[in-house]
This record gives sequence, structure tokens and C-alpha cells, in this order.
Amino acid sequence: MTTSRPAILALADGTVFRGRAFGAVGEAAGELVFNTSMTGYQEILTDPSYEGQLVAMTYPQIGNVGVNRYDVEARRPFVRGFVVREYRHVPSSWRAEQPLGDYLAAHGIPGIEGIDTRALVRHLRDHGAQEAVLSTADLDAERLVRKAKDTPSLVGRDLVREVTCREPYDWTEGPWRPGGAQTLEQIVAATGKRPLRVVAYDFGIKQNILRNLVEVGCAVHVVPADTPARSVLAMRPDGVFLSNGPGDPDAVAGARENVADLLGNVPVFGICLGHQILGLALGGRTYKLKFGHHGGNQPVKDLLTDKVEITAQNHGFAVDPESLAGRAKVTHINLNDRTVEGLEVEGQPTFSVQYHPEASPGPHDAAYLFRRFVDRMERP
Amino acid sequence: MPRRPDLQTILVIGSGPIVIGQACEFDYSGTQACKALREEGYRVVLVNSNPATIMTDPETADRTYVEPLTVDVLERIIAAERPQALLPTIGGQTGLNLALDAAEAGVLDRYGVELIGAKVDAIKRAEDRDNFKATMRAIGLDLPRSGVAHSLEEAEAIRCEIGLPVILRASRTLGGTGGNFATTEEEFRAHVAWGLEASPIGEILIEESIAGWKEFELEVMRDGKDNVVIVCSIENFDPMGVHTGDSITVAPAQTLTDKEYQTMRDAAVAIIRAIGVDTGGSNIQFAVHPDTGRMVVIEMNPRVSRSSALASKATGFPIAKIAAKLAVGYTLDELRNDITRETPACFEPTIDYVVTKIPRFTFEKFPQASDTLGPQMKSVGEAMAIGRTMKESLQKAMRSLEIGSAGFEPRPDASPETLAERLAVPNADRLWYIGEAFRRGMTVEEVAARTRIDPWFLRHVEEIIATEASLAGRTLASLDAEALWALKQDGFSDLRLAALLGVTEDQVRARREQLGVRPVYKTVDTCGAEFEAFTPYLYSTYERGDCEARPSGRRKIVILGGGPNRIGQGIEFDYCCVHSALALREDGFETIMVNCNPETVSTDYDTSDKLFFEPLTLEDVLAIVERERPEGVIVQFGGQTPLRLAVALERAGVPIIGTTPDAIDRAEDRERFDEVLTALDLRRPANGIARSEAEAVTVAERIGYPVLVRPSYVLGGRAMEIVYDRASLHRYMRMAVRASPEHPVLIDHFLEDAIEIDVDAVSDGTDVVIGGIMEHIERAGVHSGDSACSLPPYSIDAEVQADIRRQAVALARELRVVGLMNVQFAVKDRVVYVLEVNPRASRTVPFVSKAIGRPLAKIAVRCMVGRSLAAQGFTQELVPSHVSVKEAVFPFIKFPGVDTVLGPEMKSTGEVMGIDASFGGAFAKAQIAAGTALPTAGRVFISVPPECYDAVIPVARRLAGVGFGLVATRGTGAHLRAAGLPAEHVNKVAEGSPHTVDLIQRGDVALVINTPSGAESFRDSFPIRRTALECRVPYFTTVAAAAAAAQAIELLARGRLGVEALQDYHRRVAATA
Ligand SMILES: Nc1ncnc2c1ncn2[C@@H]1O[C@H](COP(=O)(O)OP(=O)(O)O)[C@@H](O)[C@H]1O
Ligand SMILES: Nc1ncnc2c1ncn2[C@@H]1O[C@H](COP(=O)(O)OP(=O)(O)O)[C@@H](O)[C@H]1O
Ligand SMILES: [Mg+2]
Ligand SMILES: [Mg+2]
Repeated sequence: MTTSRPAILALADGTVFRGRAFGAVGEAAGELVFNTSMTGYQEILTDPSYEGQLVAMTYPQIGNVGVNRYDVEARRPFVRGFVVREYRHVPSSWRAEQPLGDYLAAHGIPGIEGIDTRALVRHLRDHGAQEAVLSTADLDAERLVRKAKDTPSLVGRDLVREVTCREPYDWTEGPWRPGGAQTLEQIVAATGKRPLRVVAYDFGIKQNILRNLVEVGCAVHVVPADTPARSVLAMRPDGVFLSNGPGDPDAVAGARENVADLLGNVPVFGICLGHQILGLALGGRTYKLKFGHHGGNQPVKDLLTDKVEITAQNHGFAVDPESLAGRAKVTHINLNDRTVEGLEVEGQPTFSVQYHPEASPGPHDAAYLFRRFVDRMERP
Repeated sequence: MPRRPDLQTILVIGSGPIVIGQACEFDYSGTQACKALREEGYRVVLVNSNPATIMTDPETADRTYVEPLTVDVLERIIAAERPQALLPTIGGQTGLNLALDAAEAGVLDRYGVELIGAKVDAIKRAEDRDNFKATMRAIGLDLPRSGVAHSLEEAEAIRCEIGLPVILRASRTLGGTGGNFATTEEEFRAHVAWGLEASPIGEILIEESIAGWKEFELEVMRDGKDNVVIVCSIENFDPMGVHTGDSITVAPAQTLTDKEYQTMRDAAVAIIRAIGVDTGGSNIQFAVHPDTGRMVVIEMNPRVSRSSALASKATGFPIAKIAAKLAVGYTLDELRNDITRETPACFEPTIDYVVTKIPRFTFEKFPQASDTLGPQMKSVGEAMAIGRTMKESLQKAMRSLEIGSAGFEPRPDASPETLAERLAVPNADRLWYIGEAFRRGMTVEEVAARTRIDPWFLRHVEEIIATEASLAGRTLASLDAEALWALKQDGFSDLRLAALLGVTEDQVRARREQLGVRPVYKTVDTCGAEFEAFTPYLYSTYERGDCEARPSGRRKIVILGGGPNRIGQGIEFDYCCVHSALALREDGFETIMVNCNPETVSTDYDTSDKLFFEPLTLEDVLAIVERERPEGVIVQFGGQTPLRLAVALERAGVPIIGTTPDAIDRAEDRERFDEVLTALDLRRPANGIARSEAEAVTVAERIGYPVLVRPSYVLGGRAMEIVYDRASLHRYMRMAVRASPEHPVLIDHFLEDAIEIDVDAVSDGTDVVIGGIMEHIERAGVHSGDSACSLPPYSIDAEVQADIRRQAVALARELRVVGLMNVQFAVKDRVVYVLEVNPRASRTVPFVSKAIGRPLAKIAVRCMVGRSLAAQGFTQELVPSHVSVKEAVFPFIKFPGVDTVLGPEMKSTGEVMGIDASFGGAFAKAQIAAGTALPTAGRVFISVPPECYDAVIPVARRLAGVGFGLVATRGTGAHLRAAGLPAEHVNKVAEGSPHTVDLIQRGDVALVINTPSGAESFRDSFPIRRTALECRVPYFTTVAAAAAAAQAIELLARGRLGVEALQDYHRRVAATA
């Protein structure tokens, strides 16, 4: 059996959990949130939307399938620290290439296991997500609580800056399939249609969004978050995509203005942070949720079809529907708490969703939205 | 859409008797469905032949028909009740098949009955394997290569195409009956023959064997708006090749990446849509190649199933209840999640614990049966456990099984060869052998190579064994809080730790408590704590965080359930536990249920105020009692499981209510019971106790052969035998005494040809009221659980009955019974002998309650909390004018090579009830309900030993009178002819062809009456009984049962039987009382 090193998770409100360390030796600070997905920890770890956050998994056995090179959402993991009930060191999966702990260690991410994660989750649920420090180095609980208190909150911070790409790039790979991913070339060859040119704003984009866009026949050009609207329009795209990303939508420099400039000129599709920014660009407001939605089982109702889709979600902020009255239509709502899950700008080929149709991890129920985007581009 | 306003009356079909592959889970689903439909204001008409169910309680449905599940009966019920709709998806395979048959027979069209939930074509697309495969291919899903055959020739052609090994399965069966692997051509041909026979439509599927692949199940729900959710994923510990019902299974799936899981989820969603299940739950099984990830579809069950019950208990999502609501028009988003209240039922539960189910087998009942596990289900029950980690969950499940295991006990006697074999060939004890393999130094890779079990699972076992090894040489005192926490978090029981540390369980508990190492309770809340939970459905775990049990200050009673189903202890006990919870709740108590059987109604979080899904061990129960501090604990309803804990609980200061543990002991302990009988001047068969072989001979010779011998203190007649001479006694003693060295053997004089009587009574400590007197059809010597019986008695006279009543009342008074009591008597030459007294709930309580129309268990529990019988208005025995017959149902067909003869060892898995105005009618219904289609014409084969010649003559005469031809073996035939009955001769098997077996196989016999006696006769006649069983020819192994059957046949030949609702029968009993 592995010899265990101690680790501490200290919350800003003074709550302390003592457990065992795995992953990197070190310390990580950030907002602590919990995720209720039972599968897909690798996708979660590599989702840039988690920039600035520590994640606690509600499912207790983590590490079961190790990590592999395909199940990544970005070039590296973004979660700052990882909290689990029991870490499984030896993976069992034909796809596994490395144990999870080794991967975290290689990326400098500390983990803690052996704590009562359910008690932690109940605490966060009742008292709200909050700043915390996970440490496998400094084991002085009081000091860690102080550090947690000193950790800046997400509100008002532009985290997109930390995660967006520096240079534009093209993406041409389709989603993972048991037999291997397809390329844009193969996909286009099969349909015989000309690829649609999509410019994707990278606010911290998940690669599975890119893969899904490719799958529906889009040639995607990814641009940094601060790319001016006119440069984008100059590329004469068929549509513009607004990606997911970390933190407070209100703090993303220039995004609101850029998006406002795009509106009316090109079909726009936004996901998660992209959806919130669209809301802001339309003149609406966003607010912070108590502990957000992080998981793969959130029921969302499509108000047009009255049907429910089970969705993957990962957000701490939401769009205030009242603030948009008359400017956009709410198309989707969350059935758990009735928050806004989708918007459409009437008379324009522009829409957005708060949740993640690209899933990864999570169910594929909402994948139709990528086709809807294609429809909007083809019949603006 | 809200509920459909165009429907008023809905017919629900139950699943009939408990058989292997179909157990209490359908009572759970059926009860939920009935409740859900009535909640919506529908009038519910229910048909189910199984009296031991909550669903057949007269309060569960508006109209309850305890009648055989046949098309004919269904049509009569439909004609009488005129339902607009039929819900076919909650009564298991039986319910589904019956609905299909009724549809095919045109009954549903004739009366304008609509199938809701699933339509005929959808059911067929799922059930017909060929059709199913075509549908899967059409939506681009992969399958094992296969073909369908209706004859040996067709089968051979398919074999040539796909090669060996293959798996052969019979269409339209349950529990995998007829499924077999064939690796050689001989095996192939043999299995083809078996499968064609086992399939009710003579069809088999031949399929590429993918044994060793990983096996998964998804529980899927769909509503009328085409919303689909996955309620739960389940991964099998035992890979493909072992029926999921016989596999250890774990929820959620553990070894899939999200990419793979979502591929499977997409497939499941596509499947439920393609099959076209309109609304409700389905179970879909998949296999995944461990090295390549290739995923194939195995099957879909378009209905609630054993797995959906497990999934409901594993997640807190009540699949059957929701399915019922969806069937009448609701959509998932319109229904609430009961547990969170705020959120809708349209979501996918997420769980923050690990659930392990381990099947419960009873191979000890069928020594001739092979305990190898395969695609045909053999287990009779299951235990489920919840833990925060795999290790905790697994070890909790092991100690929940009630097989005397507290964890990974070693198997030191296994030779290396045995060990290798036990690993490679799936069997009931494989888990423990895996532990043993690690103990002997095998690596995970080695064990994985032999068992093909995923290394992820094996590693947990390896870690547990390594932890055990690390305790070698340690003392209890040397373990500090830290160490104990770690051990308890891994799920080690106090008992196992005691064994490892060489101390007692009490010492381990004391040390733990001294160090403050106590379990906390967490909630099963469907949502991983994301929302607040309002339903206290709890499990224990060792976490140093918070406890969610929140004991109330109300008056509360803990009810201990019965644990996993097994032969001898089944649904009847769960029924009693549920009734006590319902009654106490009605009376304002807080009710707390403890049980670990996921199939049951008792583990529905709706049944009691609080549910602890926990093993029924001293440790686990004490922890709950300590947390909750109830006013009383009830041990007398859950069968032997809680009873075994009674004394220890009482010693630990737990308030046991009702009959005292001491009184129970006075009834169970032979010597003390003798004192009771002597004091009352009651008689029992001469008997003695032997602690050695020599002593046994002395005792047997004193009391006279034949004797009935058995080890002490067992339920269900385990290892019980009738011994006719000294040589057999020696043989038995050598076997039995080795089986349990420290326990003595009990010896009774065996009363030959005695009538057996069961009596259920209830007492408040002062008054005693007889619930019912049941006369067995089979003579004493056939276990009471296995013999048919009639209420009221059909042959014994009033005087003897009065004597029986007097004795039962005297026993209840002497034992100061508060609650239920069951007595078994034998009547020989009008003398009444007491066979045994069980001062607790018995198997017959639900049957009696349904026969007389009063809920005995509820009455009893009220006595236990201090309400007198007088106050409850139950002061005298009710003797109905109608006759109720109970018949047992056996699993023989699942165990090739096993004899079907009945004896003192209980072998039945379930029971049915037949109710009619006459004994013959009730018996006929019971037979039909039990699957014995009594013929009304044809030839009857009779072969009985000389001592039965006289008794069989009236039976033969009666059958001849109906028009049956008689065929008999030499001796019997001569006797029949001497009595003036024309009987054809047929050879015994040993006498050469054409013989009896040929006759049966050719279909020339419609009925078999064959009573063997003596070892030789048993051996000779075995093929007769087995062939009759396999050829579905009704057979009777006792003259008594044959006589009853003859009466029934006579009645059937005269015309059809009527149907009547339980509510009407009860109204009449009440009116005449
Ligand atoms: N092609 C196959 N190769 C090996 N084992 C199989 C195959 N198909 C089914 N099995 C095994 O047989 C069991 C029963 O088969 P299934 O189709 O699920 O029938 P049932 O209706 O009895 O559940 C499965 O649980 C699986 O373990
Ligand atoms: N002395 C006896 N003579 C004849 N049959 C007996 C005698 N004792 C028991 N039996 C038969 O054996 C069966 C099982 O015995 P019982 O004492 O009731 O054991 P269990 O505890 O398994 O119910 C009875 O139902 C009865 O048919
Ligand atoms: Mg199956
Ligand atoms: Mg008995």
C-alpha cells in the first residue's frame, strides 16, 4: 500500500478537513466548488473554466480509469487543486496511459483524499462556494485558513486573460469515437458540403466544442479573447462562436463591447461564459449563484419544444432574465432552480446556452445545438 | 401532459409466485404502481396469485384478484371489471407474457383494453431476440454474432457459420432458463435440445460467446414526450458469462471513461426509442471488450426488473412509481423528486457512495446440483450494501448475506488445484477464494487472468487482504483510534477484526467505543448532496464528518427485516415487517426499518418513517439502536435473521418488544420445550438429542425407526432427513456431524402417514385468537413450507380441530406470547402431536390474513405495543365459508439432475393461493397458479409402493370416472386391476424400452402419480419425475396430493372456474362473523 502524506483543506470560513495527499506536493488556493459528475474527472480537470478554482468530486472513487491523451479539454489541466474521497492509484481501463496522481503531480496540482467529501459538499451547499486552500506542504491549519481568507474572490476578476490563446489557430479534429476521431476533411468529404467558416472566441474554450463544431462541418478558426469585432468580421465568417470560460463574465475586458458589435452582422452562438457575455452585450446583468451548477445531470427545459434535456453544466454565474426583458427571449430554463439556460435574440440568427452541449463530461442530449448553429448560418 | 382523463379503471398484473429470477422485486414495483395509480384517482384492479405480497393486500388495489395468471382468468376479470387499460410492465416477465398472450388471444381487443406503458409491437421488438437484433442493427449498434433456430438442423447450420464456443438461450423465458455454453459439438447438440424444450415457443438463440467481457446495465426511463433519462448504471463484478442476477454487481459503473459511458448512454437512449417503449423503465444490458472497448448490446427488458428495483434502492429514484405515473400521461418534468421535493423527477441521479449487490444462493438445498454459475440464473435472493468506498460497500454486502460470513474468511483447506478451479469456474463462493488467492500471494494480474474479473475490483480485495495481513501479530490494545478508523472505513466488521486479532466481537466494540470510533449515517438523496434531502433513507459509514440521522424525539419502534431471500425465508417475512411498519405508523409511532434486501417493499423509503439500509448483524443493529434510542425493537417479524440477534440485543440492553427472547428460546430449545409440553401435558413425537454417533444409535433405537434427524437450530429444514434403519443413521451422522461439530443432532420418531396441521395465532399476552387452521395436503414428512394446505381443514373432524385449538391456545399462554405464534401439529390416528412452535411470524401469516380478511401481522404488532385484542375488536377465530389453498412452487427446473421428490427439507421458493367455494376448486386454482396445468382428459400414469396401493385406488377410480385412461407399472397395475380398474401395463425404466419415460416423452401421458419409497425406488423412479418436469407433464409425488388433484380435475372437467375479488370474499367473512 502507498505510504500516505498528510494534506489539509482549509476553507475561508475556518472549516478544516484533514486527509491524505496525492498528486503534486504544494499548495493551491482558489474558489472551492463541487462537481457531481460520476465520470469524466479528466475532462473536468482540463476544462479552462475551472481556472482559479479547486474542485471537490461528490463521487467518492476517483482515478479508476487513469488519464489518457484523448480525454482532455485543453492543453493542460486548469483545476488548481483536487479533492476526492478516495483516490485510486492504479487505473483499470484499456484507454489509460497514466495514473491520475502522476498526471496531477506532473502539472503541479495537489490533491487531497480521505476526507468526508459529502460533509464538505453539504457545507458548501449550505454556506455557498467559497475560497479555500489545499495544501500538502504547509500543514498549519490556522495559517491555511488565513490564506484562504486572503484569496481573492472570483467576482470582478478577469480570468479569461489567463486562459485564452495567445495566437489564433485552426481546429480540424472531430469528436472521440470508439474507432478514432475523424478529421474535418473526412467529414466534409462524406457530406459533400462546403465547410462553414466559424470564428471561435477563446474565453477558455473546451476542445470538445471545437470537435463538435467540426463534426457538423465547420472549419473553425480560434481567436484570442481580446480580438476586436472588426477583425473578426473582416474574416467574413459564416458564424461566430463565443466560448465557455472561467470566472465573472462582467470582468472580461472588452468582450461585451466586441460581442455587441458583432450582433446583427453575423450569426452568433454562445456557450456558458459566452452565453453570459452575450447577455451582457444585450444590455443585461449577470449575478453569482450560491454554489453554481457543476455536474452532468442538470435538467434543462427547451421552452419552444417543451422537451427536457439532461445537460452538463459548469458555471457559478447566471444571466438575470429580468434585465433582458424585451431584448432577448429566454429559450431554456433549469428545472431545478428555474435559472436561465438559454437565450435567443429575436429576429437574429443569434442564440446561446448556459450549459454545455459539447458535454465532455456529460450527456450528449444537447448536441443538436451545434446543428442548430449550422442551420442559423445556412439560413440566416 | 397531466393524467389521462379518459381512463377510469386500470388493470395491473403481478408476477405470481416467487421463483428463481422473479422475486420480491415485483411486489415492490407492483405495490408502488398500484399506490401511484390510486393516488391519481384511478380505480385499480389487480391480479396476482401470490398471497405473500403487499400488492395483494386488499387495501393496495380497489379490486384484488388472487387468481391464477392465465389468459382465461384474465379474460373473466376483464369481463367483470371492464378496465380501459392494462399496465403490463410491472409484473416481471410473467406479467408481460400474460399481457402479450391476452393481446394475441384477442382478449384485449374484444373488451377494448388498451396496453399502457408498452404496446404489443414494442414488447415483441424487445422480447423476440431475432426482432431485437434486427432493430439494433438498424440503429447501427453492434451485437454478438448469432442466429435463431427452431430445430437441431437449423441450429447446426448456424454453428457452422459462427463456430464454437457459443451460448444457447431459449426465447421468452425468465432467469436465463435454457441458457448454456457449448464448447464441443456434443455439448452443442445437448443444449439445443434442452433450449428448444425450455422455450415456451420452441425457439433458441445461438450466439457467439463473449464470456469474459465486462458486463454493464443501464436503467432507462422514457416519458410520453420522449424525454429519456438514465437512472442508474450498474457494472458487473463477474464478467459476461454469469447471469447478472447471479453476478456481484456494483453501482455506479466504475471502469468506464466518460467517453465510453456516454457512448453507452447514447446507445441506451437510441434503443428505448427504437424499441418504442412508450413510457416507463427499461433495463438494457451491454458488454464491453476489456482490451478494445468494443461495445455490444446484450438485451433489453422493456419493463421494470430486478435491476430496476436495485437501481431504485441504489439511487433513491422510485422507478416503478414513476413508470406508473408516466403510463397514465404524466411526463418526467411534471413529477417531483420525492427526496429533494424541490426538483423534478426529470434528471439523472448522481450518487456519492458505492453500492454492492451480492446474490444469495442455496446450493446446500440441492446437493446434487452443480454450483457453477452461468448464463442461467440460480440465486434465490440478494443483499445490497452501501458504503462510501468500494471496500466498505463490498465488506458490508458480504456480512449482509446471512451465510455466516463477516468478511473474507480464509479458505485454508483449499488445495492449490481447488483454488485454481474455484477461481476459473464461476461459483457462489468465488469472492472468498479470490481473497484466499491474494492471501497466498497471487497477484492481481494472476487472479484477473484466471477469473477475467476487472483488476479494478480485484485490487480492492487485494488491499483488504493486505490490511488483514498487516494485523498479524497485532493486539487489539495496540490499535489506536487512527488505526481503527482506517479499518472501519475499509468496511471491516467487528466480528472479522475479532477473528483477526484473536479477541471477541464485544471486545472490539468496546475498544471502538472507548476511542469514539462510531459510524455516522449518510443519506441516499439522488443528488450527491447538491440539494437538501427530506426522506430519511440512510446508510452507515465511518466518516469523521457529519451524521445525517437526526433522531427525533418521537415514540419510535425499530423493525428488523429479514435480509436476503433464501429458501425458507422469503417474502412472507418482509410482508410481516411492512405490515408492522404500516400499523405502527397509523398509530402515530415513528417507524424505523432496518434491512439489506433491495428487492423488498420494506426497503422502500415510503414504507417506514426512516429506513436504514444496513446489514442485519449485531454490530450494525446496535449502532442504529444507539443512535436512535427507540422505545422498542421488533425481532419477531423478520424470520430467523433478527431472531438470531434477539438474545444478544437483549443482553446489550436493547428493549425487545413482544414475546420475550426467553420465551422464544423456550420454544426453540429442545430440552426447555419438553418442559413446556410436560407442564401442559401435551404430546410430541418421542425424541432425543445426540452429540455423538453412538448416542444417536442409542436414541434412535429407544424411540424406534423411522426417525427424523437434523442438526439443531436451523430454519427451512436444512440437512433434515428421514432415516429408516441403523446403517442409514450411521451414514447421516458421519455427514451431519462433520457439517456442524459443536452442534448436537436432534432425533425424533417419524410419524408415518400423519396429517400435518399449521396453526397461526395471535396473542396480546392475555387472550389468544386463532388466525387459521391449515390442513396440509401432503402427509407429515413433507416440509410445511413445501406442502399444499387448505384453510379451513378439509378432512379432519371438529373434535380433532377443537383439540388443536385447545393446544395452540395453551401453548401461547404458557409461552406468554405477545404477537404472533405458529404451531405445527401432526395428527395420527386422531392423536394430536406438537411438532414445533414458533413464537414469531410464520410463512403462512399473509396467506391466513388473506383467507380470513384480517391483517394478522398488524393486529400482532399492535398487541406488542400494548393494545389488547379486545380493543382491536379481534376476539374470535374467523372460519370462512370459502376455501383457500396454498401451494408451493419449486425451482427444480433450474437445477438439472435434481430430484423433485419432497421431504422434510424445504425446497420451494414461493407459493400461490387458490380461493374458491369448494376445496376441489381452490386446489385446482392453486395448481394452475403454480404452473401445473391440470389435464381433464388423457392418460394417467400411476406407480406407487405397496403401502400406498389402497390409498391410490380411490384416486384412480375418480380419474377413470372423469374418463382418464390408466397406465401403471407391474405391482400398482395388478392392484388396480384387482380393484376392477382397467390399467395398461408399462415397463419400469429398468425393465427396458418402451418404458415409462418413453411414454412421457412421447406425450402419451397427461398426468403422473409417482410415489417412491426406499432408496432403490427413488433411484429407479428419478428419471420419471425429472422427465415429467422437463416435459411439463403434471406430476404428484404423494398420494395425498394426487387425491386432491383428482378432486380438482373432476371439477375442472365439469366446467370453468369462476373468479372473485378478495374484497368480496372478505366482505362475506365479515358479514358472517
Ligand atoms: N454472447 C454471450 N456470451 C457470453 N455470455 C453471454 C452472452 N450473452 C449473454 N451472456 C450471459 O448470459 C446472461 C443472461 O443473458 P441475457 O441475454 O441477459 O438473458 P436473461 O433474459 O436471462 O437476462 C448475461 O447476463 C450474460 O452474463
Ligand atoms: N416427528 C415427525 N414426524 C413426521 N414428520 C415430521 C416430524 N417432525 C417434523 N416433521 C416434518 O418435517 C417438517 C419440518 O420440521 P419442522 O420441525 O417444522 O422444522 P422447520 O424448523 O424446518 O420448520 C415438518 O413440516 C413436518 O412435515
Ligand atoms: Mg439479462
Ligand atoms: Mg416447520
